Amino acid sequence: MAALLEMRAIAKYYGPVRANDGIDLDVRAGEIVGLLGENGSGKSTLMKVLFGIVPPDSGGIVFRGRELSGHRPREAMGAGIAMIHQHFMLIDAMTVLENVMLGWAEAGKVLRRGLIAQRVHEVSRRLGLDLDPHARVADLPLGRRQRIEILKAVLRNAELLILDEPTSNLAPGEVHDLLTILSRLRSEGRGIVFITHKLPEVLDVCDSVVVLRAGKASPKASVVGVSKSQLAEMMVGRDVAAPHILKKIDNQPLRLEARALTGAGLGPLDLELRGGEILGIAGVDGNGQFELAETLSGLRPAVSGSLRLDGRDIVRMSSARRTRVGLAYMPADRSATALVKSMSIAENLMLRDSRRRPYCRNGLLDQGATVEKANSLMAQFDIRARSADTKAGSLSGGNQQKIVIARELDRAPAVLVAHQPTWGLDPGATRFVLERIVALRDGGAAIVYISSELEEILAISDRIAVLSAGRFAGLVKREAVEKAQLGLWMSGRTA
Amino acid sequence: MIDFLAAAIRIATPLIFAALGGILSERAGVFAVGLEGMMLLGAWAAVIGTWGTGSEMAGIAAAAAGGAIAALAIAIVTVRYRADNMVTGLTVNILALGLTTYLMRILSGSNGPVSVHLDPLPMMPVPGLSQIPVVGTLLFSHPPLTYLAVIGCVLLAFVLTRTQAGLLLCATGENPEAVFAAGADPMRIRMLAVIACGGVAGLGGAVISLQQVGTFTDGMTGGRGYLALASLIVGRWNPWGAAAACLVFGAAEAFELRLQSYGIPVSSYIVQMAPYLIALGVLALLGRTGKLPAAIGKPL
Ligand SMILES: Nc1ncnc2c1ncn2[C@@H]1O[C@H](COP(=O)(O)OP(=O)(O)OP(=O)(O)O)[C@@H](O)[C@H]1O
Ligand SMILES: [Mg+2]
Repeated sequence: MAALLEMRAIAKYYGPVRANDGIDLDVRAGEIVGLLGENGSGKSTLMKVLFGIVPPDSGGIVFRGRELSGHRPREAMGAGIAMIHQHFMLIDAMTVLENVMLGWAEAGKVLRRGLIAQRVHEVSRRLGLDLDPHARVADLPLGRRQRIEILKAVLRNAELLILDEPTSNLAPGEVHDLLTILSRLRSEGRGIVFITHKLPEVLDVCDSVVVLRAGKASPKASVVGVSKSQLAEMMVGRDVAAPHILKKIDNQPLRLEARALTGAGLGPLDLELRGGEILGIAGVDGNGQFELAETLSGLRPAVSGSLRLDGRDIVRMSSARRTRVGLAYMPADRSATALVKSMSIAENLMLRDSRRRPYCRNGLLDQGATVEKANSLMAQFDIRARSADTKAGSLSGGNQQKIVIARELDRAPAVLVAHQPTWGLDPGATRFVLERIVALRDGGAAIVYISSELEEILAISDRIAVLSAGRFAGLVKREAVEKAQLGLWMSGRTA
Repeated sequence: MIDFLAAAIRIATPLIFAALGGILSERAGVFAVGLEGMMLLGAWAAVIGTWGTGSEMAGIAAAAAGGAIAALAIAIVTVRYRADNMVTGLTVNILALGLTTYLMRILSGSNGPVSVHLDPLPMMPVPGLSQIPVVGTLLFSHPPLTYLAVIGCVLLAFVLTRTQAGLLLCATGENPEAVFAAGADPMRIRMLAVIACGGVAGLGGAVISLQQVGTFTDGMTGGRGYLALASLIVGRWNPWGAAAACLVFGAAEAFELRLQSYGIPVSSYIVQMAPYLIALGVLALLGRTGKLPAAIGKPL
């Protein structure tokens, strides 16, 4: 098949950081190329160069036989490239149809609503997108919203689709549907670049993979006959899939206790968690995970019920006071709740403890100690950035997440509430974080681990609860888990 | 009664223009606090333009230009230089008051305060239609700018819901980043929207000076810009909703004029507060129920 895209010797430096260091990438029509690599290895940067969001320092791009250089997103779109951003570029208050028509010349100056709605219907049926043109975006689940982006790309006749970590905030069923849609696009002869950290997805849908490491690319390799652990080795140079061994800890005190805890869309929930225990909370996204995390951490009020931490009632406490008595929280929403993107890494690291040592002495912030502490955390957690003064927003997605993890784990909390903490992390980093959480458990902390990744939950939890429609559909010990039973609970047959 | 309603429509006319302009600005994501200043500059330019050229059409065009110039200042400061919407709008309002007062003094030169007296724009009954009983008096016997306000409502409602330009405008007030990703320039759209807002609000000023009074007096808009701002919020950023709210305020004022002419012993100042009290009441009742454009007031 013909080469659709040829990128040659692309280089992009951010100061001393070689984000892309002479990368070649070819994509043929009707091919899905998986782009893999550790956090900060340069995947997003390469795609931003392709789409014209950042200019490369050197290198050339040929797309459908024509040179692309000095282009901006507008020209890239005109040439037939579409990029599906991880944070969707949609207007929530508008309908699917209006979002499709936005800025699209073919929709006409006076909008041809009927005609476009018809075409939305057609494409939606052909690709199995199942989108109602008149639904409001705000009312749609994330998976559907992503399909609007795909729909936009297809309607605008994009020949090449770039998807940067499209699956990281989708529920498992939605991921499956997305992969099916991608295969259909491939059979229509479109080329796709698919960035993900989840290896099973790569094996499922990609034809070939390119692995980036520290800004350099491996030669393109076919995925036929490749196993998951071989892929992981290609990425990080070692096998990372081995299961965790939890050592038994007995006679620990009760650390977190909820009685009939109720909030909007949540509960009533009962919960008992001892020190040295990890409670994994599984379930399909949108069944109260977010509400549970925020109610435990104090960001949203409980309507009724009690919540005790080491015997103290904290249900009326603000999140700041809960932090002081030993609660740590890793929110799933890193761009808004977890990080201040315009502040430096060091500032983000001290965010929760800025009133305490080593960050603060006699009521004044201690710059030197702050930076020193930041440097040590950055080394410990492998946060890759130029320096502790770098703005958090300029880091790669995975490295931003590592700031949150470093901050919360370093506080050595009594109770940790972690919501999708491995979101956007590469397999090596995921493994590392899970190990650190287990170490925290072994040190006597109690951990509530909320995730839609069943595999992670099974890997580290002592007990597993399934959240469905805001309540626990079931609770089992790790030894007694049956996947089929979990599946039943997750499918929400609680009536 | 019918006369009373017809009067309410005429009194509401300047508010309707200003509210329509405000909708353009706020839907694109810029708070329309500067409406008062845009109206005032429009009112002044309308009188000076008509007086200078002898043509009312020229005066009306000057009003639109005057309002647009006030808006241009706001557009540059808030959109280009990302200043706060509220502060900038209020500043322009105060500036417009000072500037128009000063310019009137200058023009009058040494001959004392100038007194430009023009004949207010005449009634323009629509031939035929104005003869229809009730409806004729109510809808088809008005001065020219009142018809233009109604046309403005129709036009704006069409543009907002039926055209690509309207879609881009509303999208810019909701999520400018997405507009950029769609290949358009949100900064340009905001600038244009604010300037257009000024043009339309300027026409509102012309209604007061040219159609209702026939001269310019210092600060003659007297807070109508703020009332228009309240109307567009009460009207949920929708042209017809805003126009309806303007009519309620118009009716309140018409009622007040009635009371005065009957010589009812209530202080006219108390009665003049009525529209503003109504506005406060309705705003409090609505609370935050309506959805503001998501990205309003946020710089690009
Ligand atoms: N705007 C920027 N300013 C400075 N450094 C940057 C900027 N954007 C990216 N970088 C750096 O370039 C490197 C590559 O980042 P990139 O976002 O391409 O990684 P990635 O492979 O997408 O990682 P992830 O899997 O974590 O998303 C990182 O070290 C990052 O810190
Ligand atoms: Mg990335």
